[in-house]
Amino acid sequence: MKYKSQAVAKLYFIAAIGLFLGQILFGLIMGLQYVVGDFLFPAIPFNVARMVHTNLLIVWLLFGFMGASYYLIPEESETELFSPKLAIITFWVFLAAGAITVLGYLLVPYASLAKWTGNDLLNTMGREFLEQPLPTKVGIVLVALSWLFNIVMTVLKGRKTAISLVLSLGMLGLAVFFLFSFYNPVNLVKDKFYWWWVVHLWVEGVWELILGAMLAFVLIKVTGVDREVVEKWLYVIITMTLVTGIIGTGHHYFWIGAPAYWQWWGSVFSALEPIPFLMMTIFAFNMVNKRRREHPNKAAVLWALGTSVMAFLGAGLWGFLHTLAPINYYTHGTQLTAAHGHLAFFGAYALVVLTMISYAMPVLRGRAANPERAQIMEMWSFWLMTISMFFIALFLTGAGVVQVWLQRLSPTPMSFMAVQDQISIFYWAREAAGVVFLIGLLLYIGSFFVKGDSHAFE
Amino acid sequence: MSATFTKSMARNVFYGGGVFFFLLFLALTFDTMKVLPKRDNSQNITPAVAHGKKLWETNNCIGCHTLLGEGAYFAPELGNVYTRRGPDFIKAWIKGQPTGVPGRRQMPQFNLSDADIDDVVAFLKYASEINTNKWPPNIEG
Repeated sequence: MKYKSQAVAKLYFIAAIGLFLGQILFGLIMGLQYVVGDFLFPAIPFNVARMVHTNLLIVWLLFGFMGASYYLIPEESETELFSPKLAIITFWVFLAAGAITVLGYLLVPYASLAKWTGNDLLNTMGREFLEQPLPTKVGIVLVALSWLFNIVMTVLKGRKTAISLVLSLGMLGLAVFFLFSFYNPVNLVKDKFYWWWVVHLWVEGVWELILGAMLAFVLIKVTGVDREVVEKWLYVIITMTLVTGIIGTGHHYFWIGAPAYWQWWGSVFSALEPIPFLMMTIFAFNMVNKRRREHPNKAAVLWALGTSVMAFLGAGLWGFLHTLAPINYYTHGTQLTAAHGHLAFFGAYALVVLTMISYAMPVLRGRAANPERAQIMEMWSFWLMTISMFFIALFLTGAGVVQVWLQRLSPTPMSFMAVQDQISIFYWAREAAGVVFLIGLLLYIGSFFVKGDSHAFE
Repeated sequence: MSATFTKSMARNVFYGGGVFFFLLFLALTFDTMKVLPKRDNSQNITPAVAHGKKLWETNNCIGCHTLLGEGAYFAPELGNVYTRRGPDFIKAWIKGQPTGVPGRRQMPQFNLSDADIDDVVAFLKYASEINTNKWPPNIEG
């Protein structure tokens, strides 16, 4: 690696992969509970497993984003990180907070956890994805500020590139919009309205800036294409992200009590949200086709191209599938939402973090690329995880379509639980695909331990 | 992309577009907040409703159920459960959990007092009277 301080990224990447494994194990528990309802009950009720599953996802992605920025910002800025020590302290604080929170979910009844952690002082808990106790939420703010501070100070003392600017803006947005997690009015409509300012403006807004910056960085490195070209693309893509995605928030405002005009604003703008993802796909393939060098890390190129395709499918296409108000009227809150959620989070965010790890980790371990055999194993893990996640999305889509028909469209609508019995075959298939995903992930972890002749730096 | 469209032009379009659409979003939000009282049933928020919402949150109900279509998709929609089942059924249901039927999805026992359960029901009644543009399509949620 070019700068000593980049080494802190390694800690973050290892933690990210570990938590990723945890997320998948809890996903498998939940998947089984969908068909064997009393599995692990009452030790791990579904709601607890789900909290652990989604919170681990958010935390490992944040670890990934942080590790990625500590790696790429020194290289972009052509200077050492402002404070590697702060980055290391932040890492341990975040890891400890995350571990204690997950243990709290698993070992303490949620209501007691709320009581003990000061939820009476300020009610913030018990909302989807924002289940964290108050001290954890404060901790997340502090960690995000420490991260932002470290990165911005590094950028300020060194070279300023579009990639580091966009990444910093994305981080700033991440920190700012998380503050809405502290606003929880009794008025349910307002609660839901501003809840989306965290959730939607994160994943369909500022996180896409971070995603774009990370992808652009890796593409410059592995293709050797001129920075001017890559950064121009980056700006155009994230312009489309914000132009479509901000008003696109409206697609969550159709049925929660907000005025009906959001059906127009939300439908029109969110129907355009696939555009930036399509551009990202074209961009990634274009850059790889115009490459000026053959980078020995073929696995990283595969992850990068995979990110662009799967993000388009998951976030773009599967989002579009149910984003128009007249369709969403029937699909809102069904397994179709779950299908989209899985493919989008995996395709856009899980894959971009894995892309970054795939590129950076060999360098952090003192080589340009991993041995051939390790790369082949890593590429196998890419295909296993990607294809099985695609099948998870397909099965959940099947479940969702039948659910919509039986419960909402049919002239004789069935009750929710009766419908769930009818679609259990899809849930079994999803669980099987989930097992293949786990095998893919284990193979991925295994690829770090494969020995052989690695590629030295040129 | 063509050479006449430079990186600094792209950057300016990014800033301009981002700021413009964020301001538009703020304007729509401002209007939404203004008309919301006509739709959000907030006139019926009593201390019981407020306490019911807190119980809803501190028992992580959203971890299995949806409420106005948002949440987990493991258990039935509860935004309209008040109209679907009525208060007495809901109370008996919460008290009777878990059913313990082998292989069936289980809802935990939350050990709520009768007064607490009344408040949860008050919250669900309030939620069922929000103007949701006629969602869900039918009573099954």
